[in-house]
Amino acid sequence: MTHREAKVLKVESLARVEGEGALQLRLHDGEVTEAQLRIYEPPRFFEAFLRGRAYTEPPDITSRVCGICPVAYQMSACRAIEDACGVVVDGQLAALRRLLYCGEWIESQTLHIHLLHAPDFLGGDSVIDLARTHRTHVERGLALKQAGNAIVELLGGRAIHPVNARIGGFHRVPSRTELRPLEERLKRARDDAEATVRWVAGFDFPDAGIDTQLLALAEPGTYAIDSGTPTAMAAPSTVGLPEDTDRALPTHTFPLPTFPDHVVESQVPHSTALHSLLDGHRHLTGSLARYAISGRWLPPDVLQVAREAGLGDPREGTVCRNPFRSIIVRAVEVLYAVGEALRLIDGYDPPPRPCVDVPVRAGTGHGATEAPRGLLYHRYTLDTDGAVTAAALVPPTAQNQAAIEQDLLRSVQERLTTGPHPTDAELTARCERVIRNHDPCISCSTHFLDLTVEYG
Amino acid sequence: MADMPGTRPQLGVWKFASCDGCQLTLLDCEDELLGIAERVEISYFLEASSAPGPGPYDLSLVEGSVTTTQDAERIQGIRAASRRLVTIGACATAGGVQALRNYADVAEFQAAVYARPDYIDTLATSTPISAHVPVDFELRGCPIDRGQLIEVITAYLAGRTPDVPAHSVCFECKRRGTTCVTVAHGTPCLGPITHAGCGALCPAYHRGCYGCFGPSNSINFPSFIPLLRRDGMDTLDVVRVLRTFNTAAEEFDAASRKELSG
Repeated sequence: MTHREAKVLKVESLARVEGEGALQLRLHDGEVTEAQLRIYEPPRFFEAFLRGRAYTEPPDITSRVCGICPVAYQMSACRAIEDACGVVVDGQLAALRRLLYCGEWIESQTLHIHLLHAPDFLGGDSVIDLARTHRTHVERGLALKQAGNAIVELLGGRAIHPVNARIGGFHRVPSRTELRPLEERLKRARDDAEATVRWVAGFDFPDAGIDTQLLALAEPGTYAIDSGTPTAMAAPSTVGLPEDTDRALPTHTFPLPTFPDHVVESQVPHSTALHSLLDGHRHLTGSLARYAISGRWLPPDVLQVAREAGLGDPREGTVCRNPFRSIIVRAVEVLYAVGEALRLIDGYDPPPRPCVDVPVRAGTGHGATEAPRGLLYHRYTLDTDGAVTAAALVPPTAQNQAAIEQDLLRSVQERLTTGPHPTDAELTARCERVIRNHDPCISCSTHFLDLTVEYG
Repeated sequence: MADMPGTRPQLGVWKFASCDGCQLTLLDCEDELLGIAERVEISYFLEASSAPGPGPYDLSLVEGSVTTTQDAERIQGIRAASRRLVTIGACATAGGVQALRNYADVAEFQAAVYARPDYIDTLATSTPISAHVPVDFELRGCPIDRGQLIEVITAYLAGRTPDVPAHSVCFECKRRGTTCVTVAHGTPCLGPITHAGCGALCPAYHRGCYGCFGPSNSINFPSFIPLLRRDGMDTLDVVRVLRTFNTAAEEFDAASRKELSG
């Protein structure tokens, strides 16, 4: 693969993922000319085989897209189908859905923080080193993750592919008494979550920024998780600012039904995930985008912790565009989700029925929620018999792929122009870190994972 | 008692076409993870894409189904490098939800999802691991159950056969004391024909079992399907519920074909 004056570097650790995810860099005369994040995950054709299924089935079926964020798939699917049928699920049923979603946020973000991301900052290769040198932090992380799972298990039956969510609400809703043990556990989790923010805030962060649009749902007055309007914040270069600016930039919103007009997917030869662009330009979804767009609606106590962790105050027009610091934002989101779960449990009043009727009608519906990794959009078209005739799923990692590649280019170029020529191993490590900063969905991210835990 | 580092049994976890949920179950064993890690070296994704590593692996857990020619080759190498090979979950054991392509024209599926289907390399079928190599044990479920996973790992470490009952979900429902959703409410439920392991979750949440653990060891479709019809399912409903997460399970496949042929 080596050409005259040119070189192709394949990142081995990514190639060590059984062909599903790899990175390829093309270098030419000291310049990096191309960075390809290659997603090789074998295609499973969800959008094809959803056709002909009953309108009640997509929540269960699409949860199988992703074992690490099944609730996100269930919730986006429910919203889209309810939208097609002209039904809005609100009140306590909506609150229970949000509670279920908080469980997934806690579990999934905590997994990324402790098992995938933290070793990058502490000099270890894997959580084995953390278990030796930072044992209390690892154990606290596992306890926090377990608290998130406990919410999903109680409301959903099991942590992975929970069985209780359905179109219109739930199959069964819990009593107040059933939720009480959760409350005790979450109070402990709140201390753990706050300690986690303080822990990760002490890591060393390289200076960096990302010059892309940020896309997240917004629901004024709250930190959007399970509903909201797509809201985009401009890329710094479009307003003449450097990529690492911490200033909030102008935002614009667009109605969810126009999502396919704004976020356009295209296919590239090197990936089985479709690439997406927002209005023709790269964009990033996920924690950085959410904090930039919804951060000002975080409760004051959470904002105080975020400020002390060095994130700045979104109410004063400060955002975070440093992808390395996304680990702090994730930790702040976990702290928020724990507090939000407690608030929802405190205000819980069991609804009279576990679900509302969703009479089927022909039409197209749109649903979007904030999966831990970013905005997850579903669209379904139903016929009069309630069969799905068309389905589209736009996951966050596919949306982020172009932004991640840009971030890789920037990071590699920055290294090539400073200091002695890097070894392949150094570039590999650098690229892995850049990719992990964006927490690509597990089909990418677990491929980095070497987990061994040992007692000394 | 603890073995020296480097001499502990090697555990390999391998991924094929899947959602990652079954291997994530291992990370969800927060309480047991450290205990298991005392006895085995847990390594995720150790190996290069084109060839398995030197091995040998004392126990390989395989998640996912085979959907590409490369994966059909890769599983051979993994088998050769593994003393024991256990499939984890519905994809590895019964093709998974992606086996719905087995009833369709995969070229049409490709065209439906991808603008440039020629970029996509895939097989016409999604097949279980056992269609390619001998399998020592199949752990059921979409996803697998945490307790059963721990049982499989500890059983093989102790050199015994895992104690994983193959009876139906109905037994678990009775043990749990759950009121039968079919008898009490006329809710269609696959519990009578579905392999135990989940702890009878769905009926406990007032819904019928949807068969995510695949067929149990004693099924009688000719007497069972009329019950589904009595409770309101038509032919397409029956076919759909059999053709979901364990689509390529022989018994479900045969029953769904029989339904369609009338």
